Amino acid sequence: MLRFFPLVWKNTLRNPRRTVLTVSSLALSLCLLGLMMAIYYAFYVSETPPAQALRLLSRNRVSLTMSFPSFYMDRIRKTPGVKDAMPWQWFGGTYKDARDPKNFFPRFGVDPKKLFVIYPEIKLPEDQKATFLADRLGCIVGRPLAQTLGLHVGDRLTLMGDIYPMNLELTVRGIYDNELGAETMFFHWDYVREALPAARKDVLSTISILAESPETVARTTSAIDEQFRNATIQMRTETERAFGLAFLGMLGNVKLILLSICAAVTFTIMLVAGNTMAMSVRERVREIGILKTLGFRRGQILSLILGEAAVLSILGSCVGGLLASGLCTLIRGGPALNNQIKTLSLQAPVVAAIFAAGLGIALTSSLFPAWRASQVTILEGLRANE
Amino acid sequence: MKIPLAYNLRNLLVRRGTTVMTALGIALTVAVLVTTMALAEGLNQLFSSSGNPRHILVMRKGSTAELTSLVTRAMFQDIKFKNGIARSKGSEPMVSLEFVTVVNLPAVDNPEGNNVTLRGISPTGLEMREGMKLESGRWFQQGRTEIVVGKSVAQRYPGAKVGAKLRLGRSMWEVAGVVDAGTSSSNSEMFGDLNQVASDYDRGETASAILVRAQDEVALAALINDLGADRKLNVVAQAETDYFASQTSTGNVLRYLGLLVSVIMAVGSAFAAMNTMYAAVARRTKEIGTLRVLGFSRRSILSSFLLESLFLALLGGLMGVALVLPINGFTTGITSMTTFSEVAFSLRITPKVIATGMAFAALMGALGGLFPAGNAARKQILSALREG
Repeated sequence: MLRFFPLVWKNTLRNPRRTVLTVSSLALSLCLLGLMMAIYYAFYVSETPPAQALRLLSRNRVSLTMSFPSFYMDRIRKTPGVKDAMPWQWFGGTYKDARDPKNFFPRFGVDPKKLFVIYPEIKLPEDQKATFLADRLGCIVGRPLAQTLGLHVGDRLTLMGDIYPMNLELTVRGIYDNELGAETMFFHWDYVREALPAARKDVLSTISILAESPETVARTTSAIDEQFRNATIQMRTETERAFGLAFLGMLGNVKLILLSICAAVTFTIMLVAGNTMAMSVRERVREIGILKTLGFRRGQILSLILGEAAVLSILGSCVGGLLASGLCTLIRGGPALNNQIKTLSLQAPVVAAIFAAGLGIALTSSLFPAWRASQVTILEGLRANE
Repeated sequence: MKIPLAYNLRNLLVRRGTTVMTALGIALTVAVLVTTMALAEGLNQLFSSSGNPRHILVMRKGSTAELTSLVTRAMFQDIKFKNGIARSKGSEPMVSLEFVTVVNLPAVDNPEGNNVTLRGISPTGLEMREGMKLESGRWFQQGRTEIVVGKSVAQRYPGAKVGAKLRLGRSMWEVAGVVDAGTSSSNSEMFGDLNQVASDYDRGETASAILVRAQDEVALAALINDLGADRKLNVVAQAETDYFASQTSTGNVLRYLGLLVSVIMAVGSAFAAMNTMYAAVARRTKEIGTLRVLGFSRRSILSSFLLESLFLALLGGLMGVALVLPINGFTTGITSMTTFSEVAFSLRITPKVIATGMAFAALMGALGGLFPAGNAARKQILSALREG
């Protein structure tokens, strides 16, 4: 069959304009399909990075916005399977002009002594680490975030409080790197805590927990919630990843949205590929007659046409994959919705899926025109008036 | 001289298969756009119909949402004596101290539960919400652990039926009735007696926000200034309608995603339409030559093919609108990033949305038809007649 490839290739190029238009159209559809699959893969299929797999987040069962007494943290730390725990407090607030979206970045109050234990992937030079630990008014900023905000070590910045009735006056003590996304600012939670009125001092709203081993994560999670089962305030503990997905879930039914877009796009690809092949076959009835006169069989004609669809879809997949990869880069630079979004890229299985989908859909949709072409008899073919 | 439109329509009919396939591609693109816009329109309608234009919402300075705000009863007493406040039937100042919290209720499509706003209000607060009508059951009574729920809450949460008991805070609360608040976001809230709700959440002396009704529009502006400038109160005052308007950013991520997808699909569909139109021009080269011989100008050939492409696209647009029309009025929920609780809204396919969808289709048709039509118009009579 492969010896006919030059013929298939020539056929593909016989109407270059149509080929370019079809490939572009397929590429755009496949790029969307690829992007949706990449997001789906990142959210629901990909493996959790080992550092993240050990982390849990615990909060008030009712809502993220409700608090719980801070002595819960000591009890959680003593739960079997838990290595350590620290506050993970959303401060909110506004930095400079709130209307500029780049000024809205995640900022968490933590226990800096534990931060580097629970988040071992955070890389900070030792001297910066020491000054950050020593300065209660210090903060550290991820490198990409520092770049967008134009911050350098030693700079001062102010956060106006909204959830908390106070302003934070912080000094940048370090710029850290984190391969899992470094868009967050960390500061000493104690700084906020000390300034709070007595009633709000000893409550927390989220704590970050490090589990001992990946095997016991599930058991530890339920053990934590279980010990507060009969308390006035109950807790919900989930893996950091599940927490991130639940947060995205507030935007709507993410799975359903992704799948509906995929369905619409898949159908579009079928239409485009099917239409092109139908048009191309219609113009070629006479030629098919000649091929048949030369001794080509039905099956061979069928594979010639299908081969052409395959070439178009592979070209489309290549361009579409490149475009999707570019879109991923753009999205990575966008707002930090969650970790998976910040590290979005086209993984090998997704690339394979783009080619498989392109090929599968193109072949299915051109099956009918290809079959019609193969049914053309010599007489019909030769009689056809081009 | 113009080529009759019937010529183009017949041609589209002759190439049924191709016409339908190309139009369907455009239809899907329009469908995605219309859905996105229906969602945005529904959210806009929800937030623009919420809030009373004469109400002022008072929160602690720095707060952007009732949930994170904190006000005291002392502040409430001070505000009561400000000038320009409307009077109730009992000639009380129309100022309502409100306590807002969220509770977790298991939903039909989410057994883990969604967050729903629970609002503790006083009889004055109820009086200030004239738009809210009892739909079934009865109102909650002062001093009892009873609530009324908005009609969207009753629909979306099986546990919130009249007569049912819900565990909120420390006690069991009976659902006394269901209220209908038109299209406003109050439909997604639950209401109970202020003192009962606050004490159940250990918030005796403090509440979340204060709602004030101004006598008229002039008084509204003056009151907002007065309250905001009061250093002792240390609050932020804003028109209630502005508070809701600021929440329309809810759903922005979905909006941008929908737009991105429809624009990319549109470019793809325009390419497909171009393909179809080039094939149409190629097949009819001889016809074009004949038309030119008959005296039709290049210009009329150009506009004829462009029109044909527009027809094709508009057909797709109609199919796309028809495809998604059933979702009009479909109610769904989204979590507001301001209130951290779920608000229900309905997708709205308004005439404006349909018009935009059709315009979008026409644009795809125009882009797809322009070059092929130009190609047709440029053909030389002699070579066109000789071809094929």
